Amino acid sequence: MLRLDALNSVYDRLADRVVITIMGAVAAELQAIGHRPNFFYLQHAMGLASSMGLGVALTRPELSVVVFDGDGSILMNLGGLTTLARYRPKNLVHVVFDNESLLSVGGFPTATSTGSDIAGMAAAAGVPRTATVRTIDDFVAAFDDALASQQLTTIVAKVDAKGPAGFVTDLALLENRFEFQRWLRKTGAAQPTHHPR
Amino acid sequence: MPVSVDSSRIIYDALKDCGVGLVSALPETWLVHLIRMAEEDPAMVLVRLAKEEEGVGISAGAHLAGTKSAMLMQNHGFLASVNGIVSCAQLYRIPLLMLISHRGEFGERDPWQTEGGGVTEHVLQALRIPFAYLDSPSHVAHRIRKGLTLAYSSNKPVALLLCRDLMWEEPEGDARREQGDAKPSGRLSPQA
Repeated sequence: MLRLDALNSVYDRLADRVVITIMGAVAAELQAIGHRPNFFYLQHAMGLASSMGLGVALTRPELSVVVFDGDGSILMNLGGLTTLARYRPKNLVHVVFDNESLLSVGGFPTATSTGSDIAGMAAAAGVPRTATVRTIDDFVAAFDDALASQQLTTIVAKVDAKGPAGFVTDLALLENRFEFQRWLRKTGAAQPTHHPR
Repeated sequence: MPVSVDSSRIIYDALKDCGVGLVSALPETWLVHLIRMAEEDPAMVLVRLAKEEEGVGISAGAHLAGTKSAMLMQNHGFLASVNGIVSCAQLYRIPLLMLISHRGEFGERDPWQTEGGGVTEHVLQALRIPFAYLDSPSHVAHRIRKGLTLAYSSNKPVALLLCRDLMWEEPEGDARREQGDAKPSGRLSPQA
């Protein structure tokens, strides 16, 4: 499965959702398919995309949040899986594209290439729903199930270690950040909610 | 333990008065009452972390989504968060309010805390993060408010260092006399 094809296959589901991605191929490919003001690309701070998604999901329970993470990034913030699981926001779908490598810096293999199982770690952390998928059909089915389930879900999508020719796009980081904030403001007032401790 | 409940309450009330709606925290001795106050407040979103750097991402998400937040951490937690502060909060111009317990300063008795105190201000300065000390109840509220004002006007992180004189109620400078009191026939005299 190619990550680009996987992104394309669920692109129409992202229209009204908060989308937060990691840096590198995911950001470049999603922008190549078509940037939207509700998409935010965290172009550094590896590991924190899922934490940002948690921050949005907890403070805006009326919104649906999708995080597109990667194996290299989540391996830098495995503790964050336990925090996600602890608060298990119903409005967060956490997709991890696992190409078993740090593609944007030359393809250095990550620990998932030697057997570390991200879905297994997410489940062990307490994420209520997890899946590992290897085909587009299975990915789309898992994504739609996750949205319908109203439960925190981590989907590990095994993808080829192939990316775009370049990673720099013409969307400036701060342009993206302020546009995204404006979109969030426009979609309604913040409604902090009570949640499990 | 002699962590000041009164000072913790003043800090917590100041955060509430400023409209802070989310607090991320990793437990540390001086922060226990603050964390409990957040836990007991149904209007506060408390996020207990595995590591402090997560709090930078959570605060960034909360900020973009319209909620003011504060991070509660020890200075060692701040040191553990530096990459997130630089490559998320500073790169993306996120106003962060960091309340950092300033362990390892004068009066510190825990040997394992003594290295962090001496580097905290230097790291803050190297990162060009404006900071102020909270060392007396009288200025807590307005320094927190001013810090948050600067964080929002600059879209940058600011730090408030929670100091021993504010957070710890044990009389300062009396360690030797206390030891002497505890052992009236001991070898240590108050003047030793």
